[in-house]
Amino acid sequence: MTLRAHLRVTRDRFDLDLDLTIGRGEVVALLGPNGAGKTTTLRTLAGLLPLTDGHVRVGDRVWDEQPGTFLPAARRPIGVVFQDHLLFAHLSALDNVAFGLRARGTRRAEARTAARGWLERVGLLDLAHVKPRALSGGQAQRVALARALATGPQLLLLDEPLAALDAGTRLQVRAELGRHLREFDGHTLIVTHDPLDAMVLADRLVILERGRVVQRGTPADVARHPRTGYVADLVGLNLYRGTARGSTVDLDTGGTLTVVEPAAGPVHVAFPPTAVSLHPAPPGGSPRNTWRVTVTGVEQHARTTRVRLDGAPPVLADITTATLAELRLGPGDPLWAAVKATEIRTYPA
Amino acid sequence: MSRTRVLAAVLVATLFPAACGSAGTAPAASAVTVFAAASLTGTFTELGEDFEAANPGTRVVLNFGGSSALAQQIDRGAPADVFAAAAPVNMQQVVDGVGTAGTPTTFARNRLQIAVPRGNPGGITGLADFGNADATIALCAEQVPCGAAAEKVFEAAGVTPRADTLEQDVKAVLTKVRLGEVDAGLVYRTDVAAADAEVEGVEFPQADQAVNDYPVAVLADAPNAAGARAFVDHVLSGRGRAVLADAGFTAP
Amino acid sequence: MNRVRRRAVGGRLPVVLVLPALVGLAFLLVPLAGLLVRTPWGAVPGQLVRAEVGQALRLSLVCASLATVICLLLGVPLAWLLARSDLPGRGVLRALVTVPLVLPPVVGGVALLFVLGRRGLVGQYLDAWFGISLPFTTAGVVLAEAFVAMPFLVVSVEGALRAADPRYEEAAATLGASRWLIFRRVTLPTIAPGVVAGTVLCWARALGEFGATITFAGNFPGRTTTMPLAVYLALETDPDAAVVLSVVLLLVSVAVLVGLRDRWIGGAP
Repeated sequence: MTLRAHLRVTRDRFDLDLDLTIGRGEVVALLGPNGAGKTTTLRTLAGLLPLTDGHVRVGDRVWDEQPGTFLPAARRPIGVVFQDHLLFAHLSALDNVAFGLRARGTRRAEARTAARGWLERVGLLDLAHVKPRALSGGQAQRVALARALATGPQLLLLDEPLAALDAGTRLQVRAELGRHLREFDGHTLIVTHDPLDAMVLADRLVILERGRVVQRGTPADVARHPRTGYVADLVGLNLYRGTARGSTVDLDTGGTLTVVEPAAGPVHVAFPPTAVSLHPAPPGGSPRNTWRVTVTGVEQHARTTRVRLDGAPPVLADITTATLAELRLGPGDPLWAAVKATEIRTYPA
Repeated sequence: MSRTRVLAAVLVATLFPAACGSAGTAPAASAVTVFAAASLTGTFTELGEDFEAANPGTRVVLNFGGSSALAQQIDRGAPADVFAAAAPVNMQQVVDGVGTAGTPTTFARNRLQIAVPRGNPGGITGLADFGNADATIALCAEQVPCGAAAEKVFEAAGVTPRADTLEQDVKAVLTKVRLGEVDAGLVYRTDVAAADAEVEGVEFPQADQAVNDYPVAVLADAPNAAGARAFVDHVLSGRGRAVLADAGFTAP
Repeated sequence: MNRVRRRAVGGRLPVVLVLPALVGLAFLLVPLAGLLVRTPWGAVPGQLVRAEVGQALRLSLVCASLATVICLLLGVPLAWLLARSDLPGRGVLRALVTVPLVLPPVVGGVALLFVLGRRGLVGQYLDAWFGISLPFTTAGVVLAEAFVAMPFLVVSVEGALRAADPRYEEAAATLGASRWLIFRRVTLPTIAPGVVAGTVLCWARALGEFGATITFAGNFPGRTTTMPLAVYLALETDPDAAVVLSVVLLLVSVAVLVGLRDRWIGGAP
């Protein structure tokens, strides 16, 4: 069962035209700047906004087919995690999670038992009777996720699920969210403007600009072959999975990086292409992460030049035009890449 | 003027309106201020216009209201020249209060009459019908003069009225009759005369038991005593009596 | 948390606000003080045990409460319609709803007579078909009070609805809730403070209602004589008694409002 949608929404100065397919168990992230149409897309899938034209189908069930068919939000098997969580302030965490089941006709006792189960899965059973305003941002986010998943939806929609959280909480919640999404066997769409969220959480990225798709593909593909300057800036991130042993991380792609924040177990490490410097010979001095690379491609972007390099690990580097001239880069050229440990961020995976 | 003083002035003006009234808006010497019972609205308006026509440069300022409310206002310093009340008791309040210049004079009389909606749907013929539970009846509350008068005539007729409502004044009774909400009400002849398009009057003999005297007087501290005197004379003149008779009043 | 933040803004209170505030307070309280100073307190117990006073007070409380219930049942949905629907001419409707606020109550009473009176547009059929006549009945008092008081409820509930974040209703919809369920379990609890405030205003207005009541329902002890009518008539002959009655009405209403506030709003700010 696959979700297939052709979304057309036309308003006075805005026009969304998007083809979207999400397989079962797949997580798709919709990335784009403000006003690109991300939230509009989410609202049409949720049934909060009818399409102007197009369709939304899940398997052979039609959710929206203009003109004619429109299944309102209340009748779609969906779960939505909203940006500010939108927990009902007058209900306890437990009753928030039980709300969807109650609305769909489950008896109170049964709904509460199920809700308790979900709170346990997100690790908040001891806060079941607490009102939302007493929850921290991260806790509220987890309750919102439990509430969205409790009804057993076919489609899970997350609108900037981590945007309301502070940086510290965000890392932990992101890792947890990733775990829950991997367990979820329905279709998931995450709307976000944060490339890191998208690349860590999603199987595929769809990048939207002014209502149109500018690129789609796996996070690695998109990062490696950005099709526009905007995408390059957006997902221009060297991101690796690896295993941490204190301040050393063994990367799945091969190679080892030294990091500042010590960790243990599976992690993501990331650094921007601007943090990478390229040298014709092994550099001396402070950068502790240096490894041998070969040039596989050079792309000219608005302000910088992005160099694709193969090695262990493969890496993207942004260099200035001056450096480009100095190094006289061509495909196949051998070089040394260097990154300062302080430029590398580590996230639990 | 500083901000504080403006605020202070506003405060004084809102809290003590009477003080402002007597100081700021006292009528000019050429004006005669007449406080008159509400039932005199039609006649005194006409008499006022006559008086102004006969005395160029003189203005008649009329303030109509319930006699007891007017008496209270006068006793609390309202700047009136003439008081015309619908009952001697209200005039007595003023005589005992700020006082009048000379004895009040009775200038008109009014008596009760049964008012029924046009066509008399309730078939009301006399006071006896007021004791009938099936008829819808409006009377004045006993606290107001027309209610007190009604009590007298019912006593004389030996009828216990079964009223559905005891209104706050005679005009309210008349309104209920006009709208056909009640089958009958007890009002003054003058009220029936004023509403003769929608209301019919039914006379009854016991009306003689409760004749209502209307006294008029110049107030002791009238700002315009001469004008006040002239106006009272005008009310008592032949012309005055004719206007009052037209409106349903009887001569004293 | 909110309270802490609010206090933190503190510092010195600006004179431009404090001065008019104090003048406003004085403007509202000085007449009240005048009333209390002139009250012959010795006469209060005597008035309280008078049968007519007890009767009028009971009638006032019962009628104001019934009128408030009617206002809630009709006014909350009306406020919802005004705040949430895309009805054409909603602005005009909103203005019309507030008409009883500006209409002199006596005129409101006459208008009710035109419609529900014995010869009124609707009243004549009520009378002819069902034998129902509303003027001069307790039901008439309740109607007159509801007519005058309902705008207070509608305006404050509509304000609360317009201030409430509609995204919570959307969140409820995505959880499978019908519009009625959303209204009951999400909207209503969210706007509860506005509804309580509106209810209090509405009840207070109904309790003090005079003009529309005496015009539409008339005045008959035990049936339609509420406290304000009793006060007005007492004023004709015995101003002291009128003052005492007013103070009684005042004390009872303040007691009820304070009691409700503690029970319903639980001392919330």
